[in-house]
Amino acid sequence: MATYGHTQARSLWDPTIVRKAIAGAFLKLRPRTMAKNPVMFVVEVGSVLTTWRLVQDAIGSRGDLLFELQITAWLWLTVLFANFAEAMAEGRGKAQADTLRQARTDAIANRVLAEDRFEQVPAANLRKGDVVLVRAGEVIPADGEIISGVASVDESAITGESAPVIRESGGDRSAVTGGTRVLSDWIRARVTSEPGHTFLDRMIALVEGAERQKTPNEIALNILLAGLTIVFVIAVVTLQPFAIYSGAPQTLFVLIALLVCLIPTTIGGLLSAIGIAGMDRLIQHNVLAMSGRSVEAAGDVHTLLLDKTGTITLGNRQATAFVPLSGVTDVELADAAQLASLADETPEGRSIVVLAKERHGLRGRDLADKDATFIPFSAHTRMSGVDLAGRAIRKGAAEAIGAYVAANGGTAPSELDAIVDRIARAGGTPLVVADGSRPLGVVHLKDVVKGSMRQRFAALRAMGITTVMITGDNPRTAAAIAAEAGVDEFLAEATPEDKMALIKREQADGRLVAMTGDGTNDAPALAQADVGVAMNTGTQAAKEAGNMVDLDSNPTKLIEIVEIGKQLLITRGALTTFSIANDVAKYFAIIPAMFLATYPVLGAMNVMGLRTPQSAILSAVIFNAIVIVALVPLALRGIRYRPTGAAALLRRNLLIYGLGGIVAPFVGIKIIDVLVGVLHLA
Amino acid sequence: MTTNGWLQIACFLLAILAVTPLLGAYMTRVFTRQHTWLDPLLGPTERFIYRVTGVDGRREMRWTEYAVAVLLFSGVSMLVLYALQRLQGVLPWNPQRFGGVAPALAFNTAASFATNTNWQAYAGESTMSYLTQMAGLAYQNFVSAATGIAVAIAVIRGIAQRERETLGNFWVDLVRATLWVLLPIAIVGALFLVSQGVVQNLRPYDTARTVEGATQVIAQGPVASQEIIKQFGTNGGGFFNANSAHPFENPTPLTNFVEMLGIFAISAGLTYTLGSMTGSRRHGWAIWAAMAVLCLAGVTVTYWAEAHGNPLLSAAGADQTPGIGSSGGNMEGKEVRFGIANTALFSTVTTDASCGAINGWFDSFTPVGGLVPLANLQLSEVVFGGVGAGLYGVVVYVVLSVFIAGLMVGRTPEYLGKKIQAFEVQMAMLTVLVFSLVILTFTAVASVSPGVGTSSILNPGPHGLSEILYAYSSGAANNGSAFGGLNANTPWYNTTIGLTMLVGRFFMIIPPLAMAGSLSRKKPVPPSLGTFPVTTPLFTALLVGVIVIVGALTFFPALSLGPIVEHFLMQSGRVF
Repeated sequence: MATYGHTQARSLWDPTIVRKAIAGAFLKLRPRTMAKNPVMFVVEVGSVLTTWRLVQDAIGSRGDLLFELQITAWLWLTVLFANFAEAMAEGRGKAQADTLRQARTDAIANRVLAEDRFEQVPAANLRKGDVVLVRAGEVIPADGEIISGVASVDESAITGESAPVIRESGGDRSAVTGGTRVLSDWIRARVTSEPGHTFLDRMIALVEGAERQKTPNEIALNILLAGLTIVFVIAVVTLQPFAIYSGAPQTLFVLIALLVCLIPTTIGGLLSAIGIAGMDRLIQHNVLAMSGRSVEAAGDVHTLLLDKTGTITLGNRQATAFVPLSGVTDVELADAAQLASLADETPEGRSIVVLAKERHGLRGRDLADKDATFIPFSAHTRMSGVDLAGRAIRKGAAEAIGAYVAANGGTAPSELDAIVDRIARAGGTPLVVADGSRPLGVVHLKDVVKGSMRQRFAALRAMGITTVMITGDNPRTAAAIAAEAGVDEFLAEATPEDKMALIKREQADGRLVAMTGDGTNDAPALAQADVGVAMNTGTQAAKEAGNMVDLDSNPTKLIEIVEIGKQLLITRGALTTFSIANDVAKYFAIIPAMFLATYPVLGAMNVMGLRTPQSAILSAVIFNAIVIVALVPLALRGIRYRPTGAAALLRRNLLIYGLGGIVAPFVGIKIIDVLVGVLHLA
Repeated sequence: MTTNGWLQIACFLLAILAVTPLLGAYMTRVFTRQHTWLDPLLGPTERFIYRVTGVDGRREMRWTEYAVAVLLFSGVSMLVLYALQRLQGVLPWNPQRFGGVAPALAFNTAASFATNTNWQAYAGESTMSYLTQMAGLAYQNFVSAATGIAVAIAVIRGIAQRERETLGNFWVDLVRATLWVLLPIAIVGALFLVSQGVVQNLRPYDTARTVEGATQVIAQGPVASQEIIKQFGTNGGGFFNANSAHPFENPTPLTNFVEMLGIFAISAGLTYTLGSMTGSRRHGWAIWAAMAVLCLAGVTVTYWAEAHGNPLLSAAGADQTPGIGSSGGNMEGKEVRFGIANTALFSTVTTDASCGAINGWFDSFTPVGGLVPLANLQLSEVVFGGVGAGLYGVVVYVVLSVFIAGLMVGRTPEYLGKKIQAFEVQMAMLTVLVFSLVILTFTAVASVSPGVGTSSILNPGPHGLSEILYAYSSGAANNGSAFGGLNANTPWYNTTIGLTMLVGRFFMIIPPLAMAGSLSRKKPVPPSLGTFPVTTPLFTALLVGVIVIVGALTFFPALSLGPIVEHFLMQSGRVF
């Protein structure tokens, strides 16, 4: 699950964010800013026009000034509400960026000149390729790759996780991030980023939304909304000639009120807030998306590649049973296995000791005084064990122990082969135990599948997503674990090349692939995948290849990322549908009101029974403005997403946002009309 | 409303249901170049045409080339038709010695027939020579319909293909649509019509002496051959001014039934072709169902409105209930041979599809009865629609539906595996936009121009506005039917409606072709449980909703000042 780290507990209506957003709403009134949003730009132009006419009427003491003033005010509020929504969404990111900026102190770096000479330079002067020395207590001045040394590093400034992590040269734990702090020991690292382009800089820019570009789907949606806006401009502009023909010319206020009510202001006002909030939700989950595009792609993912170890299974094999040969008792085998494992510090070894204690009450013994000699595991012998009191107990792979028994003049019964085979077929790892020439039995080591994975894969399947387990295990073991975990497919004995080939094959069929990775050899596959989530603990190469970084380094999070992507798209679609469906009621409010004076019979269309024409028009405009604010929490939080198939989702959302979108404004406008009456506003 | 009336309406819908898979599967074979039983006869003809015209039938066209070919072909056809009308006075087969057609009217008529609209600002029997009727108008009835089918097929290919640049060859599609689809139907159908009493000759008009002793001129001509293609090609331009209400065009209830069936047959079949060529038959049926629902809704409203008649007459003591020897309801503007149910059905069908043939007079319908044909036009002819035009028109709405609601399944929208992105939305919105722009702008200008616009109106008040609105809606939708009550044969209306028809045709063809070109290049995403369903009743409902809401939102203000207010005024005792 997500750790919320330093982004935690920022409530939706955090007063500082709200205050800043209110100011931001006014700042965003600049026409150049507004022009990026065609729908709201039209509202702003309408507001300017009505304001201008209002001033003229006020000077000339013409018209129904109270009505005109209220319409104008609510039109401006409509624009401000939309700006407020966007500013709120941005505000949450900005607040977080400020926290991050504190980590980007002006550190002093020790630039290494020769083997043991270094100079002190400001971090900003470091260039890619420079080598720096960072000692305990110092801040790492830039992103880098450790070339020598090992240190514990506090990365809480980035990840929010307070427990220090070990970073060392070589392998997949060699990357360090600028702005994090070395707690103990020292490292030498080669700088991998130019100043201003560090991970921290990118992160700040991302959470702040400075680099935010419209995503492909957002662009398409904007075109739709702009198109609808133009259609309504045509409908309203041509309505005036029809009105003149009918002997009922309309005032500018009424026409602009109608236009603003019809154009999709609800979604137009909330669209960018939805996008920003989607990115923000990922950040709440401690995931950094390098582009909004990848968040959208996450919603589209067909195939999830999941590494077995750490994602599907707990990561370590554990002893789950002792299977003795005939003529050997359970306790005898457990005792021997425990003795052979007492000095074995591997998780497997420890799990054998624990199992023997749990099943047979055998306690760990101190063998120091028994003249015991421990035989550590070696790649050559492929077994480990203990020699004590004339006994030579060994545990290891079946072939290795077989050879050991034979070397001591014993023979392995065929029963042993059968047990080994049975365990392997069930997805376990058989560990054979022998005492000198006498084989005793087998310890069943098993990959333990994480608790809730089965249900999650079932949920993914219902969403139409195929899960593929990637493992280095042999096909037999892989098949058994895949069956237990409930994944759809598996790739056994996988090499990085196999993984890459699988991604390309899926993509050739038009499927979108998501995967996680941390090693340098994952980098090509991460780059190839449509959604590549690099672990923050991973190498620099992996982080650069992926399009998201998970600061918690939790591979299971891929599932949440997909859900967030879907939630973002659903929120967008639902509010678009809602916005368009709203127009039906607005027509029934405004059209009869416009022409009631000329055609009293049109009162029959006033199905809401609105009190007066002015009140009807005003109520529609007020509803239209207020609904934007009312939906801000929904836009920021996203619509609740339950993993189900597309047909069920569509039915549910169409019912709520389509049908609801038709009905809600009838009720809302009626209520506002009553309030307007009570307050004697029109 | 009578049981008999409903029974006839039900029979009609069932007949459409039956004809859909037959014609649809046949057209799939024709356009995917599979073997058909007509090949031995038509194959040589086709090859001969290509040899003479120098067309390379194997050369595939990108969408731009396809569009250019459509425009060129239609443009040249239009010029030829214009010239033919202007020169008919000096050309043969003109027994009535009609002179050349006036320039504005000739332009209007040329645009009208080249765009499959068949708006007629003239009366055929007193304007057009037999040569113009046959070589000009009837020829256009074939090729403008064939052009529509060709474009529809190209659009379907775009949806069905994966990662292809081209959409087929326009000339091949045009020729095959004419030879394999339209000609066989026309030949068989014309013979059927003749058997029912439709005239087919080149004689001068007859003169008859009536019982009262007056002299009556009875128009003649090659009617049957033109009548059948007028219906099946959703052209709608009558040989005579009275169109399908004339006994020589539509003599019996049987011909009436077949003529209605003809209007929907090919368009309905194309939904099946869409299904079978894209490998999703159920999607084809889902679209068919949406169309059928909209059609049934229209028929129901019109039938209800007309059968209830005029409340003012009831108030005056007239009995408007159906009974022995009385049809009941509002019989004004109805053909007595067909009655209210068949006229309501015919009117809905002819305005659902962009046919425009009529067997009644909308101007004399009740306001709501007249609202339905008008609203049908404003749905931009996607309820089965014009041959081909209905299909590529509905694809625009399908794309919009999929885009708006598709997001709600948590995926970026896709249509049959093809991602719907900015370009597709742009093209879809362009069609919606241009359609409303051309109708509303011209109507707006005409409604406040006393000199050229309102002076043609015969009825004042909201009814007059309906008349103007109908004329431009009919032009833009390439329907061609007239509300009546508007003298459209003026330079202003001839020119503006002519332009409206051209915009309504070619701006509705180019964007869907562009969209198909773009879809064709895409790699389809294989379907999964997460895929937006386009085969379910829910999708049908969604599509109906989007078509109605987009149409209603655009035209509701205009309609409210026309037929809607007129309806309420009639309820309160005022008529126009």
